[in-house]
Amino acid sequence: ANCLARYWPCYVMLTGCSVTPLLVFIIVPAILGVSFGIRRIYMKTLLKIFEWATLRMERGAKERNQQLYKPCSNGIIAKEPVSLEQEIQEPRGGGGEFDMSDILYFCRRGVESIVDDEVTKRFTAEELESWNLLTRSNYNLHHISARLTVLWGLGVLIRYGFLLPLRVTLAVTGVGLLVVLTSIVGWLPNSRMKKYLSEKVNLMCYRICVRALTAIITYHDSDNKPKNGGICVANHTSPIDVLILASDGCYSMVGQAHGGLMGFIQKTLVKACPHIWFERSEVKDRHLVAKRLSDHVADKTKLPILIFPEGTCINNTSVMMFKKGSFEIDCTIYPVAIKYDPRFGNAFWNSSKFRMVTYLLHMMSSWAVVCSVWYLPPMKREEGEDAVQFANRVKSAIARKGGLVDLLWDGGLKRSKVKEVFKEEQQKLYSKVLVSRQEDPEHS
Amino acid sequence: MGLPLVESALQWNSGILNANRDPKNDDVEFQITRLYSRFHSLDKGENGALSREDFQRIPELAINPLGDRIINAFFPEGEDQVNFRGFMRTLAHFRPVEDNEKSKGHDASEPLNSRNNKLLFAFRLYDLDRDDKISRDELLQVLRMMVGVNISDEQLGSIADRTIQEADTNGDMSISFSEFIKVLEKVDVEQKMSIRFLH
Repeated sequence: ANCLARYWPCYVMLTGCSVTPLLVFIIVPAILGVSFGIRRIYMKTLLKIFEWATLRMERGAKERNQQLYKPCSNGIIAKEPVSLEQEIQEPRGGGGEFDMSDILYFCRRGVESIVDDEVTKRFTAEELESWNLLTRSNYNLHHISARLTVLWGLGVLIRYGFLLPLRVTLAVTGVGLLVVLTSIVGWLPNSRMKKYLSEKVNLMCYRICVRALTAIITYHDSDNKPKNGGICVANHTSPIDVLILASDGCYSMVGQAHGGLMGFIQKTLVKACPHIWFERSEVKDRHLVAKRLSDHVADKTKLPILIFPEGTCINNTSVMMFKKGSFEIDCTIYPVAIKYDPRFGNAFWNSSKFRMVTYLLHMMSSWAVVCSVWYLPPMKREEGEDAVQFANRVKSAIARKGGLVDLLWDGGLKRSKVKEVFKEEQQKLYSKVLVSRQEDPEHS
Repeated sequence: MGLPLVESALQWNSGILNANRDPKNDDVEFQITRLYSRFHSLDKGENGALSREDFQRIPELAINPLGDRIINAFFPEGEDQVNFRGFMRTLAHFRPVEDNEKSKGHDASEPLNSRNNKLLFAFRLYDLDRDDKISRDELLQVLRMMVGVNISDEQLGSIADRTIQEADTNGDMSISFSEFIKVLEKVDVEQKMSIRFLH
């Protein structure tokens, strides 16, 4: 305590000296929207370190005559794309519709899905091929040598001792500034000046928040950026998606009105910018939701709406069913594909495993969040196309651009059971096969 | 995740899968590691065993008309939980038959993935009460599972009657396992009931 009393000017100076360059290198560029390129150099260095770490682990494993656990992204078993009709309608000996061997098809398909299915693995974090020095993403922990452990320890010190406090400070600054400045702008009378200021303020604060996560984002095809009177749709991996898009353009957000701190932030934001917050009771009323969205897009002075049609977070290896609600509205759709680079940290929010705060802490103690954003050309619903077909068309375009698997399954299967109607479809298909055999026994 | 547990599973399963501890059987080790990882991800309760609900959470299995029968095959009589040993044992039926060539087993006992045992697995899907006979009733129930509401009772009944008539050789109006084998003698069971791992 005596030390502290005597040397406090030194401490203040030290803190000041260390904080100022950080402020200069991080906050000022955020305000001005420029970048020194430090983050990219950081990213390249990290990649080299990760490769070295993985090589050492492989070498260590080989010396001990063991294998490293290598994850497989393309599935672990060979599934032949043979349909029910093709397999069962092979030429058989006897006549009659039913064959006791028909059961073998269902049996094998069932066991295949037990070993590896397309859906359940989308709701957990993707497995990595190289190790990024985070314990939470390593399945080969018993292959780490002493040297690697030291490196890992160093990593922990850097991440939790330096990066995390810095990032938390930035995040608090960013959110604080957002709340304060949007309140100030909110007091201004509606005018072009207010709009202009509101946009600048939002962009600046979101950019600070992006730096709070050390997010290194590459935007592609920016001439396709969403314009007023349209709806921007993107694949959903985490709450950070909003930050990533909002730091490069201005959007009206859609969501449920929360209470507490979140609710306070929502109310403040809406003073400067027309976001659409729904009360919990209103969310169920699909007509009300559709009406509010339609009214918003009809007003060409209002910003484009940002919507995530999957309705839930998926692990960024696939795009799941798009809910048709936003595709029923008559306007231009601006699709956006977001792909995170899994080598640096897992951005997927597994909401059944981690709460939001835990998730944010994980994000802020990772090395970086690296992602690519592609703005796809705008799409409109064509003649004779219904909302579901249009939604699927947009989904395919996004999946193709982002290199993700295009699935028809509903993301809601994360929490709820699959509908009976799909089983009934399978039963109907089999019945058709039986009936067709009966009608044409020679040919089947 | 407890990968050392896999090592012990490997040791134990060497007997079942006729795998020798030689470098060529890195494949087997690889497969067992994958399957343990899968078992772990299905085990939501994290208690080292799977329940029927854990299986039903797989959408592709839930929409399979015979999903419940397949799930049942994993659970021994009267039990509600299956551990990793049991999980592996049931899945071992689906190993391709040629894998047995790679690992020359010296056991006298028949491997789980022999043609006979694969047929037994299929037979048990029909045999609801596990009495080693497929009765007309059981056949009807399984048929009903496969066709849903799309075929009438009478038509289904006649299909069942015809099937039993063709298969039944000893006149007891039900299908025994040996009669079942005879019916399926021309079917390429090895190919239809095998699952291959990718490398």
